[in-house]
Amino acid sequence: MLATETVIFVSLCYIGVLFGIAYYGDKRADIGRSIISNPYIYALSLAVYCTAWTFYGSVGRAASAGPAFLTIYLGPTLMVTLGWLVLKKIVRISKIHRITSIADFIGSRYGKSMTLGGVVTVIAVLGIIPYISLQLKAISSSFLLIHQYPSLKPLSSQSSIGLWSDTTFYVALFLAVFAILFGTRNLEATERHEGLVAAIAFESIVKLVAFLAVGTFITFFIYNGFADLSQKALSSPELRLLMTLPKDAGAFSSWFAHIFLSMMAIVFLPRQFQVMVVENVNEAHLNKAIWLFPLYLVAINIFVLPVAFAGMLSFGSSGLDADMFVLTLPMANKQVFLTLLVFIGGMSAATGMVIVETVALSTMICNDLVMPVLLHMPSLKLAQREDLSSILLSIRRLGIILVLLMGYAYFHYAGEYYTLVSIGLTSFAAVAQFAPALLIGIFWKGGTRTGALLGLVAGFSVWFYTLFLPSLAGAGLIPQDFLEHGPFGIDFLKPFELFGLDAFDRITHAVFWSMLANLGCYVAGSLFSRPSAMEHTQAAMFVDVYRYVGRVHDSSVWRGTAYLPDLVSMLERFLGRERTEAALDNYAMDYGINWDQSLTRDPGLVNHIEKLLAGAIGSASARVMVASVVKEEPLGIEEVMDILNETRQAIVYSRELERASAELRAANQRLQELDRLKDEFISTVSHELRTPLTAIRSLAEILHDYPDTTPDRQREFSSIIIRETQRLTRLITQVLDFQKLESGRMRWAITTVDLRDVVEEAVSATGQLVADKRIRMQVNLPDASRPILGDRDQLIQAMVNLISNAVKFCDPDRGQIEIRLEYVADRLRVSVKDNGIGISEADQKQIFNKFQQVMDPTRGRPPGTGLGLSITRQIIRHHHGELKVGSTPGKGATFYFSMPLKPISAIPAQ
Amino acid sequence: MTRDKINGRRLVGLFLLGMLLFNFPLLYLFNRPMLALGIPVLYLYLFTAWSLIIFLILMISRSKLDAPFPDHE
Repeated sequence: MLATETVIFVSLCYIGVLFGIAYYGDKRADIGRSIISNPYIYALSLAVYCTAWTFYGSVGRAASAGPAFLTIYLGPTLMVTLGWLVLKKIVRISKIHRITSIADFIGSRYGKSMTLGGVVTVIAVLGIIPYISLQLKAISSSFLLIHQYPSLKPLSSQSSIGLWSDTTFYVALFLAVFAILFGTRNLEATERHEGLVAAIAFESIVKLVAFLAVGTFITFFIYNGFADLSQKALSSPELRLLMTLPKDAGAFSSWFAHIFLSMMAIVFLPRQFQVMVVENVNEAHLNKAIWLFPLYLVAINIFVLPVAFAGMLSFGSSGLDADMFVLTLPMANKQVFLTLLVFIGGMSAATGMVIVETVALSTMICNDLVMPVLLHMPSLKLAQREDLSSILLSIRRLGIILVLLMGYAYFHYAGEYYTLVSIGLTSFAAVAQFAPALLIGIFWKGGTRTGALLGLVAGFSVWFYTLFLPSLAGAGLIPQDFLEHGPFGIDFLKPFELFGLDAFDRITHAVFWSMLANLGCYVAGSLFSRPSAMEHTQAAMFVDVYRYVGRVHDSSVWRGTAYLPDLVSMLERFLGRERTEAALDNYAMDYGINWDQSLTRDPGLVNHIEKLLAGAIGSASARVMVASVVKEEPLGIEEVMDILNETRQAIVYSRELERASAELRAANQRLQELDRLKDEFISTVSHELRTPLTAIRSLAEILHDYPDTTPDRQREFSSIIIRETQRLTRLITQVLDFQKLESGRMRWAITTVDLRDVVEEAVSATGQLVADKRIRMQVNLPDASRPILGDRDQLIQAMVNLISNAVKFCDPDRGQIEIRLEYVADRLRVSVKDNGIGISEADQKQIFNKFQQVMDPTRGRPPGTGLGLSITRQIIRHHHGELKVGSTPGKGATFYFSMPLKPISAIPAQ
Repeated sequence: MTRDKINGRRLVGLFLLGMLLFNFPLLYLFNRPMLALGIPVLYLYLFTAWSLIIFLILMISRSKLDAPFPDHE
């Protein structure tokens, strides 16, 4: 009913359609009208994540472990939510540095290291081999099953069959041809394959449609919907178990470990890196993809559990492989068309994975493993060869064949003994080893090449020992004894219970130890090693990628010049004449360069060419190639001195700037302080003016409104009015004086003055004030005085200020003021001492400033304008003296100044 | 803080929410062999939480504030 020829014919038709799409995609890309440049195709191409593992293996997993199969799809959903932080940065870095693979990325991050790129390639290839074998297994099993249609019996073991009669071997060869035709038709400078992506997106639709069709059929046509199936499953003690996770601690730790692994896999699987990062046309596509892709995952998982239930209910004990329920259920129900659809769906899931994975791996093998080695062999003279692109393509084609054959070998010897999911998880655990070096590397500049290398090697070794070796042992390639009793019978080295850790399942166990070793070595290695200059630059450019946007082409530490013909011929060897010309024309247009004007090229162009080459042969190889042509100038001593000089000057300038700005800041602060003081002054003065004015006005109103007031009272009132007006006059005089002093417009009437007169005059002028406060005043004047030169009125004013100041602050009950005039050397010293509250040291510096008044916590602001002392100081200064204050708080204060005696000869003859 | 960063932080918040919903203590609550709406409760919970997360990603990435990945360089 379903002849094998029909199956093969339909498969070939399907593959023909794929080629058609790929061809159309490439054509459109060549004329610049990309069909993949939209977020929907991008999201569908990400769904290359869903392989035969998803298509067949999920049901098998659900039939044995229940909900655990979902972890593989929950992890990617969580990872895309971190898209903004992680994916966007990775995509941006890769675009700027023309990264072509994950090996290139890690190698480039740690100083364009060839060793590191090579190590990553080896890990990726070995790690992915089980995964490839999984796809081979799925395709060959499904083919062998459909081959028996309509009869259903468990497949017999294949490992005894010879190579030439093994279907899987032919499947592997067929896939290799397929991948070569798709992925290595020509050499792209950017390593992007538009046609391939279009075909992959189409395959994603096919596998989803096929799975939904079979799920719908089984759930709604064989059974009566979800509820019916669940009800039936609930009544079976065996199926009941599939509804929950086991209630031991191990179940939850492996749940978490699997989510972690799938989170890493969605970024670090070489094929995911290829479609997500390398084939990304526009960063903005991530916007839609981050919800479309998880939605796809939900859709393809909805029917997994019903199909698993249905399979268990139908063939619970028939020995049929649960991994193949998706195919055997429609077969058992004699659905020819559906069976064929499922077969095609499974094939599209598997081929999609294999094509992209092998293309990505072969790029890595070629760019990061083979080319660097070949370029370093001087005997090959590879750098001088005319046409290198054919060599590159051959290496890649061989790489694809090699990877598939290794996948086949693994399947043949080991793969048959394991379920699809457990094989796949082994690969996931391998690629998770890239996580520390890459994820930490793009956020932490301190990660070094040594650290990354140690971490990768350590993590990979642990993975190899705890997962890969045992999988070979399981197949009998290594004695079983190794698993049960450890190597050489050393019990605590048992690969599944390393150091006696037996709390986890195999995968969780391996993840724990390998990540511990990896992370530990990475961090320790980074902290205890010194990065080279190149590593420093690359680290900074990766970590601060957003800061260096637009400045990439001149950000290399390495300088060199070269002759244009050399550079062009080298590029032509790798890219061909047309592509080279187009690339150089673009560069010339972007930077406005006229090729004819000069023959030697600047470092900017050399860097640009290195980047172009990196797109074709990887960054490490590109570096070697360019170095062979470019006359490298490894920074001569003169250039180093120049750079140092520039730096030193920059530092000097910045210091000067700092100083200037500090001065500006200080000046500004002073201005602000003055402004504040002026405001205070205005409010003080207006307050001082208002008080006497209010008194005068109210008394005048009384006198005016009540003409019959007694004469005594009238006199009393008018005397107050007179006193208050005097006070007003004084105040205004003071303000005017101050203003004159400040602006230097004061007219000084300099004559010969006897200071004793001045003191006496001032004392009598303030006599009333002193008497009012009942202050004892003591004046000590010398018997004879020598004259000085000065303005008599102003000096009296100064003394009056000092005395009234002393009166203000005197002890309120037993006030005492002492005025002393004495000769000190050839100066005359005047001091006014009170016994008031005193002035604290801090205030002593402030009081002479204009508008400054000392606040007393108990009495508040003292009366007056705060100008008195400032004016006094100005007057004394004008007489070549200095007003000073000495005080102990609580014991009064002494204001004193001294003036030079007038030399006899200097007395003007008036 | 740019709007770009706001949405970025929302997505990181969503990641933390997802870690919470898909892990041990909350998962344990639904870990029973029972049916709700004819579906095993654990599956119902997982698919509901999953859909919720996707819906929130959709909301954030469509937010008129600004898309997390700018359209123009």
